Order: sequence, then C-alpha cells, then structure tokens
Amino acid sequence: MSALARKLGAVTQKRRSAVSTGVSLPVLGLLAGVAVFLLVGSFTSTIFAQQTVAGLAQGAIFASLALALVLIYRATEVINFAQGELAMATTFIAYQLIKWGLPYWVAFFATLAIAFVLGAVIQLVVIRPVQHRSVIAVVIVTVGLFILIDGLVTWEWGADLKFMDAPFGNTVYHVGKVAFSRNDLGVLLVSILSVFLLWVLFQFTKLGLAMRAAALRPAAASLVGVRVNWMLAIGWGFAAVLGAVAGLMTEPTQFLQPTMMQPILLYAFAAAVLGGLESAAGAVVGGLMLGVFLNLLGQYVGFATSELRLPIAFGVLLLVLLVKPNGLLGRKQVRRV
Amino acid sequence: MSALLELDDVRARYGPVQALHGVSLTVDEGEIVAVLGANGAGKTTTLRAISNSVRREGGIRFAGKPVGRGGPDDVARLGIAHVPEGRGTFAELSVWENLRLGAYTRRGPIKDDLERVSAYFPWIEERRSQQAGTLSGGEQQMLALARAFMQRPRLLLLDEPSLGLAPRLVTEIFRIIKDLNDTEGLTVLVVEQNAHIALQLAQTAYVLEVGRVALSGPSAELQAHDSVRRSYLGY
Amino acid sequence: MRKTPSAGLLAAGIAAVALALLPFQLSGYHQGIASRVAIYFIAILGLNILTGYTGQISIGHGAFMAIGGYTTALMSSNHDTNLLLTLPLSFAITFGAGVLVGIPALRLSGVYLALATFAFAVSVPQFALKFSKFTGGSNGIRTTHTGSHIWLYGVSWACAAIAFALAWLLLRGRTGRAFRAVRDSEVAAASSGVALPIYKTLAFGVSAAFAGVAGSLFVLVTNGFAQPNEFNLLLSLQLLIGAAVAGLGSLWGVLAGAAFIALLPTVSASIPVVGSAHGQDVVFGLIVILIMVLLPNGVVGILARLARRRRAQA
Repeated sequence: MSALARKLGAVTQKRRSAVSTGVSLPVLGLLAGVAVFLLVGSFTSTIFAQQTVAGLAQGAIFASLALALVLIYRATEVINFAQGELAMATTFIAYQLIKWGLPYWVAFFATLAIAFVLGAVIQLVVIRPVQHRSVIAVVIVTVGLFILIDGLVTWEWGADLKFMDAPFGNTVYHVGKVAFSRNDLGVLLVSILSVFLLWVLFQFTKLGLAMRAAALRPAAASLVGVRVNWMLAIGWGFAAVLGAVAGLMTEPTQFLQPTMMQPILLYAFAAAVLGGLESAAGAVVGGLMLGVFLNLLGQYVGFATSELRLPIAFGVLLLVLLVKPNGLLGRKQVRRV
Repeated sequence: MSALLELDDVRARYGPVQALHGVSLTVDEGEIVAVLGANGAGKTTTLRAISNSVRREGGIRFAGKPVGRGGPDDVARLGIAHVPEGRGTFAELSVWENLRLGAYTRRGPIKDDLERVSAYFPWIEERRSQQAGTLSGGEQQMLALARAFMQRPRLLLLDEPSLGLAPRLVTEIFRIIKDLNDTEGLTVLVVEQNAHIALQLAQTAYVLEVGRVALSGPSAELQAHDSVRRSYLGY
Repeated sequence: MRKTPSAGLLAAGIAAVALALLPFQLSGYHQGIASRVAIYFIAILGLNILTGYTGQISIGHGAFMAIGGYTTALMSSNHDTNLLLTLPLSFAITFGAGVLVGIPALRLSGVYLALATFAFAVSVPQFALKFSKFTGGSNGIRTTHTGSHIWLYGVSWACAAIAFALAWLLLRGRTGRAFRAVRDSEVAAASSGVALPIYKTLAFGVSAAFAGVAGSLFVLVTNGFAQPNEFNLLLSLQLLIGAAVAGLGSLWGVLAGAAFIALLPTVSASIPVVGSAHGQDVVFGLIVILIMVLLPNGVVGILARLARRRRAQA
C-alpha cells in the first residue's frame, strides 16, 4: 500500500530528474565560434554584415515566439500549436485599435495588455480541462484553437492584405559602406528589450519565483502557498504578450493577413527545438542563430532561394530532434515518462 | 493547553484504495506529537489529508475553525507548513530561492527571519547560491526545515525527517526540531518510522495500523510497556 | 463494439445501394460535395490507421495529399496518362513517401512527431513553389482532361469502398493486432515479438498512400488543378481533427468525420449568425474544442458507450 502511495505521491509531484544546467563546454565553444565567425565576416564583407544584421532582426522575432513556446512548454508541458495564430490575432487587434484612432505605441501597449488577458483566459478555459489528458488530446485542442482563432480573424477582418503604419519608419542608416534599415534595428531593440524585461521578472521578482516554482514542482509549490493554477494562467498570459510582440514586429515586413504567422511559427519551433525546448536562453540563442543562418545561406548558396527557407527550417528541426533532442542548451530527457 | 489541530474520523483514499479508515487525533498548541506505525499504515496519508494534498472526508479543525477542502495552498495560508516525503525541495533552484519560497505567504519583510534561519543553520548563509539539488541528504533536510520555518507557521507537519540520514544527522535534526518547539513555540506533528527517537522527542504519540489509530497516549507510557514496544514499535 | 457480421454486412450493403442511387437525386454541385465526402473519407481513413491504430500523431497528411495530387496532375499534363491509371501510381508513390517519412519518425514520439509532421506539412508545398518549372509554381498544374461530376462521384466512392475494404482487411488480421499493440504499449508489443519498426513504418506508408489517392481525387474534383495553396496547413489540421472527432480507432466513425469536414462549409453558411462560409472555421474550431473539453472519446466513443450500456441492460 505504501508503495502505491509513494508512487502516487511521486506522480503528483511530477518530479523532474534534477539538476544539471545543460550548458556544456562544447556547446559554449560552438557558440563562441559562431560569434567570432559572424564578427569577422561582418568586418570583411559589407554584404555579410548586412545579411547578419537583417538575420538577427528576423531571428529576434523567431526568438520572441520561440520563447513564448518554451514558456508554455516549461509551465504546462504543452506544445501550443496555436501560439502563432494568437500572435496574429493580437496584431489584428492592434490594427483595429489604430484604425479607431490610437497612436501606434499606445495601441502597442494596449495590445500587450489585451494579449496577456487572452492568453490567461485561454489557459483557464480551454487548456486546463484537458491539460492532464493524453498527448493527442492536447494536440487536438491546440489545433482546434488554431482553427478557431484563424476563423475568427478571417471572419472579422477578411483575408485580404492589410497594412499598418511602419512603427520605425523606413530610413536606412549607413555605417561606412554597410546599410542598416531602421526597422531591423527597431525590431531587434524591441524584441531584446521584451525578452530582457521578462527575464528580469522571472529572476528577480516574487511573482517570477512563484511562476518558476509552479512550473518546476507544482506539488511542492502548492505546499508553500503558491496558487499553481493562477501561475500557469499568468505564464500563458506572458507567453501571449511575447507572441504579440513577435506579431507586431513581423507586420512591417510581412504585412497583415491571417496566414502571416504560420511560417514564423515553424521558424519558432525550429528555433525552440534547436535551443532546447526546456531552455529559455536556448530559445533566444536558437532564434537568433536560425535567423542569421537562413539569411547567410540564402545569400551565399544559390540553390537556397527564399522558397526553401521553410524546408530548411524543417530540416534543422528534424535534424535536432533526431540527433540531439535536447537541443543546444537543453537539459535531460526529451521523452518524459 | 488548547487543541491546535483536531482530526475527527478522517478518511482518505487513492482512487479505489482506501488508505485511511477513520483517523482521529488531537495536537495541542506547543506540543510535539508523533505518528508512528509500519510501512503502509497511513502515516504519510494522514499528513497529506491535513494539507489537502489528497482528497479526504471527515472533519479537520485548525485553531478551532474547520479546514476547507481547497488546495494545499489554502492550508499553507492558514499557517500550516507541510514538509512532505522527499522534502519538497526545489532542487533546480538555489538555497536562497528555496527559502524565499518558504516565505511566500508572508507579507512583511523577511530579513529577520533569514537571520534567525542562519542562527539555526549557520552553513546556509555561505551556500545561499548553491543549487539545492546538489546539497547532501542531511543538508536538504535542514533546508526543508529552514524553508518551513520561513513560513512562520503555527503548525509544522514533518514526514519522516530521519529518512535516509545517518544517525548522527538524525540526532542533529531532532535537536533542532526540539529547539524550534522550545524557543519559537512551534507545534509539531511528526510522522516517523524510527519510533525510538520519535518517542524521545514527542510528548504524545499515535500508532497507526492499516489506516486507523491502534494506540495512543503519552510517549512515556508507550515507551514503558514492553509488549507495546515490541508489537507496535518494533523494538 | 463488434456487431454480428451479418448486421455489419447488411448495413454496408444498404449503404452501398444508397450511395449508388444517390447521385441521380443530386445536382452537379451537390455531387461535387458528395465526392468530397468520399475524398476526406479516404484521407481520414488513412490517418486513422496511423494515429488511431498505431498511435503516431501526424499533422502532415495534407502534404501526402499534395504529393498524390501533383502526381496525378503531372502525369496527366506531361504524359497524358489516363486519369484512372494515375490513381494506383499515386498510391505507390505516396506509399514510398510515407515509408521515407516513417523511418525517421521511428525515433520521434508523441508531440515531437506532431511537431515534425507539422513542419513537414508547411514545407512540402514550398517545394512546388521552388521547382516551379516542373510544377507550375503558385499557379499550379492542370490535368489534360477532367471528368463529369457524376463520373467523379463514381470514381471517388469506388475508391472509398476499396479503401474501406483494404483497411478492414488490414486491420482485422495480424497486422491490425500488431498495430493496436503498438499503440497500447510499445514496450509490451516489442517484448511479445512485434517487429516495431516494420509495423510502424508500414502504418505510415499505408496511411500516406491513402492520403495520396485522396489527393489525386481532390485534384480531379477541383477541375484538375493542383496548386500549392490547395494543400495548405489548414488541410492537414482539418484531417487530424476529422480523425479525432470521429473517435480514433473506429472505422465507422471515419465516415462521420469526413462528412463533418466536407459538409461544414455548406452547413455553416446556412446558420444565421455565421452567415458566410468564412465562418466555417469558427464553427469548426468551436466544435472541436467543445468536444475535446466535454466528450473525451469523441462522438463515436459516446455511441459506443451507449451501445455497451444498452447491451448490458438487455
């Protein structure tokens, strides 16, 4: 009997095998090598530098969405296939707010707040009932969510292309012979800032600590008084905020249509897997690396035209899952029994 | 001495398996009470019933008021700290973060409590950034106690604090528990396999058998009776 | 859950007669819709074999439909192959593609497989855009001939009947038991001698082949056009949902799922609040979520449970 009780106790504690950090020396070496390569290349060739910066900007968007995915995965062990659509929907909401007369940046922050609420509500209403069911059940629910959100946006706003005023303008700066678009720099700044602020929240605030505790060991967190369910909902809220940032940063180059985030979602998945699904730092690193990699590949390998970007990302995803499922910075097992 | 915790015919089950068949016990304020019994007797389940970690029927009163059927977090907010099997340590977080989590339900500043924790566990201050999972068994147990202390509870529930520890450490841990009881007035309900040392610590003891209270009384009495010691306590 | 054989055969017989007579009652447009039911039926049947029976989640079957569809379009357009002849060809080619996908899939489980097949679904149409010289790019490619509505109806349902028979034969025997064993416990299956890699890959191949044929028929039904955006991500998602709504692991439920997907645009257009066919995804998504939250075993699961209860009372 006691054995049964212990087993049930262990199950409800959802114990993760602790404890290593997962950042191994070879990986650090690899990342350092990549950084050096990029720096040297940028100083050598103008085009290289331009593609790197543009790639970093793109990658920052992948990183934001990837971080959202990782956040949710760590907290609730759910892979949210609807993350991109939610990001897209919140971008449409921003569009509507601007149409109603709000200035861009006011609409921006209002949208973030709305996204937070939407994310939390979705977790409470849709995900919580099915969270502990089989893998396929959760997949189906997030896919259903995908279709629902896609349908709602198409129904409300239509499928034709829409445009928002460029948040950063279209000017191009020159440093020496290298041209940087103001938009790329703006995207980089906003994305990095969002990620940084979230990091500060998680590492240094009581709420952040409670959220981490709820994600790591829900039973133990409950015993010290953390309302685990609320923490999970808040986690989804912040993930939605990151998604909204990703969507708003995507709009200037991809413009506004219901399908705009579908490719970004694939890139984000590839980035998250590359960095390690459990690792927040990995999502950021993976996103940036993927962005730069795709750009440089497209520049220097003739065959790799823009149509192949998605298949290449798929290739990266598959390769990582087959060869090193934990990704670059991930921890233990991939398959949680 | 008023009753801080009262269990009245508490029943609990895991799915189809009935683990507690009606446990009644009382813990007076300022007391140390031990719950003893063989493996599978229901000792751990009793604690889990108190902290709402398992669904239960029957009445539980804390400080005179009934304990609702919410979740463990509600019980924590009442002022009950439960150190479970496995110690409930957040292995991936640092010692410092574990302590801060212990104080989660506290509102005011916790600096004083941190100082007092350092007084009981001097090694904690210098190891505050260490990942809790890399601590030794004994240190983790002490961290668990420290974490519970940070909560400033009125009642401390301890599940087998001696488990997996060398005798010297066990003595140390129990000395600290006694200290907390004496100086801080902390009421303790401790579940133990090691009946011998538990009876030296506690004033009152309950012996569980197959989900029921088989025997109870002052520790001195239980220790004194040879037959009781041999049949129920195994020594 | 298993009716007596004669009752099942009788039901099938009645269904066959009804299906044979039906088209003559319908307009061309509705014949087209009825054909689509058959097409989704075949695709979901295939997906059900994979996900319902061996437990491997695929969000990528739209890609297999694309491969089959393009096979038909290319063969017809480049070599003027008889349309009916392209069907077994499509079956064979997508079977191969399925096996190729199934091999790396052996190392992926659960949600990671879902992730990989999701990426697969998004990537495959891109190849059609990349090699636009052969595939016509975003405009796609067209078959040289097309069939009449009623001809398409006949072909689609004939294929559906064949597919059903094939699936039934496959699943009732040793293979079916092996598949179910894989789904229920891989460890147990392996230790009782089931050659996991072979059966899992076989399941992938067969299910892909079914989707391939469905894709070919799909192209024929859409006036012979094969275009990348016809085989978009949403299609793969709808197939998975169709299989799930039907209740995974049930052959008869597949018909319900297929009808659901094919008829949804028409149905949602007639609902007053929803108005247009654009709202179909809203209805679709809502229904899926409601079902998953409220009914754990899908619609057919409910029916099965009711049937069991009735039998117990009898």
